[in-house]
Amino acid sequence: MAKTTKGVSRRDFLKTTGIAAGTLVGGGLIGGLVGYNANKGNSSVATAPAEDHHDADINRGLMFFTKRRDFEILAQATERIFPEDELGPGAIGLGVPYFIDNQLAGNYGSNAREYMQGPFHEGGLTQGYQTRLTRAELFMNGIHTMDQEANKRFSKGFAELEGDQMDEILTDLQKDEIKMKGVSSAFFFKLLRSATLEGAYADPIYNGNVNMEGWKMKGFPGHQMSYINQIEDEKFHKIDPKSISSMQH
Amino acid sequence: MAKTLDKVDVVTVGVGWTGGIIAAECAKAGMKVRGLERGQNRGTEDFSLVHDEYRYAIRYELMQDLSKETITFRNNMKQRALPMRQLGSFLLGEGLGGAGTHWNGMTYRFLPYDFQIKSETEKKYGKNKVSSDYLLQDWGITYDELEPYYDRFEKTMGLSGEDTNPFWGKRSSDFPTPPMKKTPLLQKFEKAAKDLGYHPYMVPSANLSQPYENPDGSQINACQYCGFCERFGCEYGAKASPEVTVIPAAKKTGNYDIIFNANVVEVLKKGNKTTGVRYIDTQTGEEVIQPADVVVLTSYMMNNAKLLMVSNIGEQYDPATGKGTLGKNYCYQIEPGATGFFDEQMNTFMGAGALGMTIDDFNADNFDHTDLDFIHGASISFVQSGSRPIGTNPVPSDVPLWGAEFKKASIENFTRTLDVFGQGASIPHKHNYLSLDPTYKDKYGVPLLQMTYNFTEQDRNLHKFITKKTVEVMEKMGAKKTEGGGPLAEYDIAPYQSTHNTGGTTMGNDPQNSVVNTYLQHWDMENLFVVGAGNFNHNSGYNPTATVGALAYRTAEGIQKYRQKGGSLV
Repeated sequence: MAKTTKGVSRRDFLKTTGIAAGTLVGGGLIGGLVGYNANKGNSSVATAPAEDHHDADINRGLMFFTKRRDFEILAQATERIFPEDELGPGAIGLGVPYFIDNQLAGNYGSNAREYMQGPFHEGGLTQGYQTRLTRAELFMNGIHTMDQEANKRFSKGFAELEGDQMDEILTDLQKDEIKMKGVSSAFFFKLLRSATLEGAYADPIYNGNVNMEGWKMKGFPGHQMSYINQIEDEKFHKIDPKSISSMQH
Repeated sequence: MAKTLDKVDVVTVGVGWTGGIIAAECAKAGMKVRGLERGQNRGTEDFSLVHDEYRYAIRYELMQDLSKETITFRNNMKQRALPMRQLGSFLLGEGLGGAGTHWNGMTYRFLPYDFQIKSETEKKYGKNKVSSDYLLQDWGITYDELEPYYDRFEKTMGLSGEDTNPFWGKRSSDFPTPPMKKTPLLQKFEKAAKDLGYHPYMVPSANLSQPYENPDGSQINACQYCGFCERFGCEYGAKASPEVTVIPAAKKTGNYDIIFNANVVEVLKKGNKTTGVRYIDTQTGEEVIQPADVVVLTSYMMNNAKLLMVSNIGEQYDPATGKGTLGKNYCYQIEPGATGFFDEQMNTFMGAGALGMTIDDFNADNFDHTDLDFIHGASISFVQSGSRPIGTNPVPSDVPLWGAEFKKASIENFTRTLDVFGQGASIPHKHNYLSLDPTYKDKYGVPLLQMTYNFTEQDRNLHKFITKKTVEVMEKMGAKKTEGGGPLAEYDIAPYQSTHNTGGTTMGNDPQNSVVNTYLQHWDMENLFVVGAGNFNHNSGYNPTATVGALAYRTAEGIQKYRQKGGSLV
């Protein structure tokens, strides 16, 4: 079964692309071809977000949230969207809450590459994002809304609810049946769902998809140099995934 | 106090496919050419870390920074236009190579019918086949006239393909390189299409099947089928893109340079000629004037139209009166399709942007429209471009979009789902047009372009017809369950659909109904050329790049003629 997991040799790669040896591509690319060990290092799968400090990965932490409670609400909500099951970890195990936290602290959270000039008006259904809130603000509002709803309906915080109680609130958000400040709850839910999937399946360099478990469940091999020697095969190829970080080590 | 640079022979606004082609041809002919590019320098050496779906495909690393400039949008004239605050429906390019860097590489020539759509329709179906609300128009040029330029562009790219499609116009030479690999998944589509009596052929691909040296001496490498193509740059230099073909060809002459971070805000004029352009250096905020004998607008079709509007060149189209030409015939495309769910796992994550097969049996006027309530049609394709896990979470319509059942089904179907899709032609409608927004401005204080657009009755009827065909093909491919897309709703700017926007600066042989002549020379300003998909009078059922490139080669020839003789080229 060597063929199913083997990448392209450096010689094959040079031959098939027509790239003259030693030129054109950066050292990282060629380096990545010759000396990569899959899955080295990164291993700690969080089962509960940041409660347990014993095996803490010191490269990971909260860059955006200031309250553990808010982060816990986010974590539980993403886990309901993408739960742990017999196939493998859910959102928490995949580090999705950390992924979202880290993204909210950067360009994503501040909508840095998007048009945020006024005047702002509520748009039609076909006019896309029209709120003055940044994603960072939107997530905070959404999280507080979920918590308020939980307290109103069940006299508990969202993170303390039973799974089906959380689902009830999430479903009402999705159906736009909960009022939110500055944006419709359906819009927030859509964003939360997208961010959860992004955290489950983005390259692990973004702090989600821990140990590439998201990719392993899905049968996606991540970064591979080439499929030129496999793409004509009838049979399905199960390939050990690689992170793009392998190009830099 | 704008700074004024030394005059050049030719300045291009934007450096993608069209700016690169104009630059290469004019520089080779001895003209001093300068490209003004508002984005950054970039090329193959920047793409070694490109296999990163989140950065490139989801967060749009290579696309336009909308915080600086976007467009506004409304479905109809009664609605308030609001800014497109995030990219979605289409992905605007920015930086060297423009959208030509992150394209898929599907490179079809338009059909002879496309160029004479009005006269062909009237000849065959009479004058009342299409309501007068649709601004159907011949292009002023025929396929045969454009053929040598298609041929030239294909040779620049080293296009990989096979000349087996019975519906194409005549080709003066075969494809420069053989077609891509016909994978088992492509063969599944081919067999189904043939069994149904159709004529499948390999998609003409700018991801090359083998290494190739083009007539300018540029090297394009062989595609590795890595599955990261559209929205990505190619780390192998195996996708024909401006930065690996025409831009190096232009540079080699010694007659070409590029100024980056140069955002053009105005076409300058004196009498009925342009004298150059004014741009903002986006890093210093400084205003700079670049004088030139010939100005060529080679940015995306939207920005080309906007620059004419803010510079008061030509007459703005008014849908109320039908007067004016600038901004009219804005067209898009529709994408009817079917998803098939299979039992067996398939290598859906392997692929290349233009690795696919297509049938044209329901495209253009290749089938009889006598009893149909639309004209034109769609190409129908299966493309194995490489599924990626954030973007591809297929579930049957009875499965919820989150939770345990969703997780299971989306994981199960990631490698068990195929799609057959149409690219449906878009016929211009009098209420679909581009103009300047009265309220919103870009970072430099220039008004944003405003788009007024919705799908039409023609679109809905065509969509319904093609959806049915895609379902038939998918069922024949052996899916255990096939789901056709729902009926066409209102046009929505948020979800990605297609970056095949056309019109607004249409070409023709009459200044009454076009912005530029067939050399893309502005009717009102003989030393101003406007090049791109904006020149299309309607959008065909194919990807637009081949036609854009062919028109650019013809324009480059026109500019050379103009330099010798002056005056109108027609």
